[in-house]
Amino acid sequence: MMDKDILICGVGGQGTVLASRIIAAAAMAEGHTVHSAETIGMAQRGGPVTSHVRIGEAAYSPLIPLGKADLIIGFEPSEVVRNIAYLSQKGIAVVNTAAVKPVTASLSGSGYDGSEMTEYLNKRGGCIFADGVAECEKLGSVKFLNILLLGIAAGSGRLGMQKETLIAEIEKRVPGKFREANIKAFMSGYDIGKK
Amino acid sequence: MKEYVMGNGAIALGALKAGVNIACGYPGTPSSEIIETIAKYPHEGLHLEWSVNEKAALEVAAAAAYSGARALVTMKQVGLNVASDPLMSLAYVGVEGGMVVVSADDPGPISSQTEQDSRRFAEFARIPVFDPSSPEEAFEMIQDAFEYSEKYKTPVIFRPTTRVDHGYASVEAPDTYIPKEFDGFKKDAGRFVIFPRLSYKNHGMIEERNVRIGEDFSSYRFNTTEGAASEKAVLSGGISYMYAKEFLKDHPEVKHIRIATAYPFPESFVLEKLKGVKEVMCLEELSPYLEEQLLKLAGKHGLSVKVYGKLTGHVPAMGENSADSAKAILERYLGIQEAEKAAPEEIPPLPARPPVLCAGCPHRASFYAVKKAMEGQKTYYCGDIGCYTLGNAMPLDMVDTCLCMGAGVTMAQGFSHIDKEVLPNGKSLKRLKAGAGSPEPSSGAEKEGKAFAFIGDSTFFASGLTGVVNAVYNEADITVCILDNSTTAMTGHQPHPGTGRNMMGHVTQKVSIPAILEAIGLTKVVTVDPLDLEKAVAAVKECTALEGVKAIIFKSPCIAIERSSKKCVITDSCVNCKKCIRETGCPALSLTEGRVNIDASLCTGCGLCAQVCPVSAIGGAS
Repeated sequence: MMDKDILICGVGGQGTVLASRIIAAAAMAEGHTVHSAETIGMAQRGGPVTSHVRIGEAAYSPLIPLGKADLIIGFEPSEVVRNIAYLSQKGIAVVNTAAVKPVTASLSGSGYDGSEMTEYLNKRGGCIFADGVAECEKLGSVKFLNILLLGIAAGSGRLGMQKETLIAEIEKRVPGKFREANIKAFMSGYDIGKK
Repeated sequence: MKEYVMGNGAIALGALKAGVNIACGYPGTPSSEIIETIAKYPHEGLHLEWSVNEKAALEVAAAAAYSGARALVTMKQVGLNVASDPLMSLAYVGVEGGMVVVSADDPGPISSQTEQDSRRFAEFARIPVFDPSSPEEAFEMIQDAFEYSEKYKTPVIFRPTTRVDHGYASVEAPDTYIPKEFDGFKKDAGRFVIFPRLSYKNHGMIEERNVRIGEDFSSYRFNTTEGAASEKAVLSGGISYMYAKEFLKDHPEVKHIRIATAYPFPESFVLEKLKGVKEVMCLEELSPYLEEQLLKLAGKHGLSVKVYGKLTGHVPAMGENSADSAKAILERYLGIQEAEKAAPEEIPPLPARPPVLCAGCPHRASFYAVKKAMEGQKTYYCGDIGCYTLGNAMPLDMVDTCLCMGAGVTMAQGFSHIDKEVLPNGKSLKRLKAGAGSPEPSSGAEKEGKAFAFIGDSTFFASGLTGVVNAVYNEADITVCILDNSTTAMTGHQPHPGTGRNMMGHVTQKVSIPAILEAIGLTKVVTVDPLDLEKAVAAVKECTALEGVKAIIFKSPCIAIERSSKKCVITDSCVNCKKCIRETGCPALSLTEGRVNIDASLCTGCGLCAQVCPVSAIGGAS
């Protein structure tokens, strides 16, 4: 049986919840026991959000202990840094390099653009970087960001599940007219992750 | 059929499996998804409702339970405060059918005003409490809760915490819903009409019964022990049981006692398990409830056992526990050398991300209109519970107080009376004015601020309405701003009396907020579109110029419900003054390479920034 801890992090509204539900459903479809936990409520409004997906029988706590995550799927560079202590020494992080600027940064003119975070993560190592927003724009809409990042994670081989299982779960959850575009986003992510 | 559901979903499915006949609640994080899940599964023949508030929910359910039906009531922990009046009395009267009151606690707190502990409420009301540690267990335990409630003819509290409510797991969902059969209400005034004599009699009965329940709980299936007999034991409950278990799986030499029924405390069970134990570490969240029960037990039976936990500073008094904090506490307790840890990585300073009103949220425009209209005047801005509490954030800075549901309306009155009637030296301004001459009217006027209440539509129905009646009756001078987005947004868009639909799937008569306010007899009631800044500002000025109780209904739908395809765009005439960012703080506006930019993926085209722009450089909104 597989034991795997996956942390998904980003900013409220980026679509982290759908990504975590697809991973959980795919893991179950492959016969694993899954537990997960999500940020809900006030913090969702533009605040940092995380989903913890724990695959395997030995996970009791709904939240991943520090230093135990096998994979981080990061929707925003500073959110990856905020959660980096969860990553295990052998773990890897998929990082969307496109920053989400908080209102506080715009008001203070701090000029946060994520580059400092990406530099730090680059030095640290163990990361797969992609400008998810630019990649999605190629596909016509930033709405596919979550599926694209999921594709990268799948392509990296660190999710430990078949891409067909994931695609089947995406198809179940995405409305018909967007299905094809989402699969395309997943596959272009998959190719990035494979490299 | 196996279903992967949230803990709240597991509670709902467990209740359905128990044949619950009626389910009522008021939305509140982390409890809201219980009622919503029931709505999604087969439940024909069940009455389901979002009640107007928790008190109403509990009373509706109580009548059903008097009739022998199984009743479920759901709320967050502060909702139990609202429902405490009927609950305290109901505890004396008891029930016929099983009645479970779910009160979801929120250690952290993550989305709440308080870190109160519903286990204490159970003891206060002298009724049993169940404390699940996982979604799977919650599914089983809610069914047990109905059984015990019926067995002892008492309402019981079911107390999950946020991590159980919002954790996901697989449970065996019932394929069909089979409602519990019941006989209906049998009149019995000696039983169902609470009088002092009945309360006296039942008080004695309840105390005697609770001793029996404590004995019964001593063999309850979720009061458990693991690990070998040891002198140092761990006692836990709720989610902390899982955190301790995560660590103790590598230390089977340590005895781990878990209490799922904090009250009545399963004394015999704990006494038995404490044999040979010299020290106990209590791991729990919120209050040191189990710890105190253990201390009482030790005192009562003269046990020589050292009890550690929150009272001894070994466990933090506030906030959540976690697998990591439990590990650290237990390693210290057991004298286990911590594994050599790499020094924590030096990370660059992170941007703060306080929660904010969504881009395009009509509340932002409402707050901005009041702010503009009242520029330079002394004001009191009394906020309330909902998305609009976020009006406190810079640059809006429009929430001076926030206390509890509905408090904004009544607190605004307090400020108005303090300013207009009460002098710091204790003399009444009104009385002075009524007397001969007009002693220093100017100094009084300078001192007077304009008091505002900001309240959402759902909160208005829940607990704002009576406050408005109080204002009219007691001659307050306030402006009530009703931020009407036609939903209960913060908790996930539940319908309410003003929306015209209910949880039975029926289209209902919309209860009209303006009609209610007119009927109460306010000085003025106006409805405006907050996204029309000029008109909104004019409405605020018009109302605040009048004496008495005025109401402005800022009506515009929640952007998460009515999706807009409109976008605002910055045109070439932008002079980059950044006023739009400075004044509105809309998250769709930011600086990109030094220039004001609108994030098209966030913008809803509300047009507030376009109305704020001094050079009309923002287009796109109609």
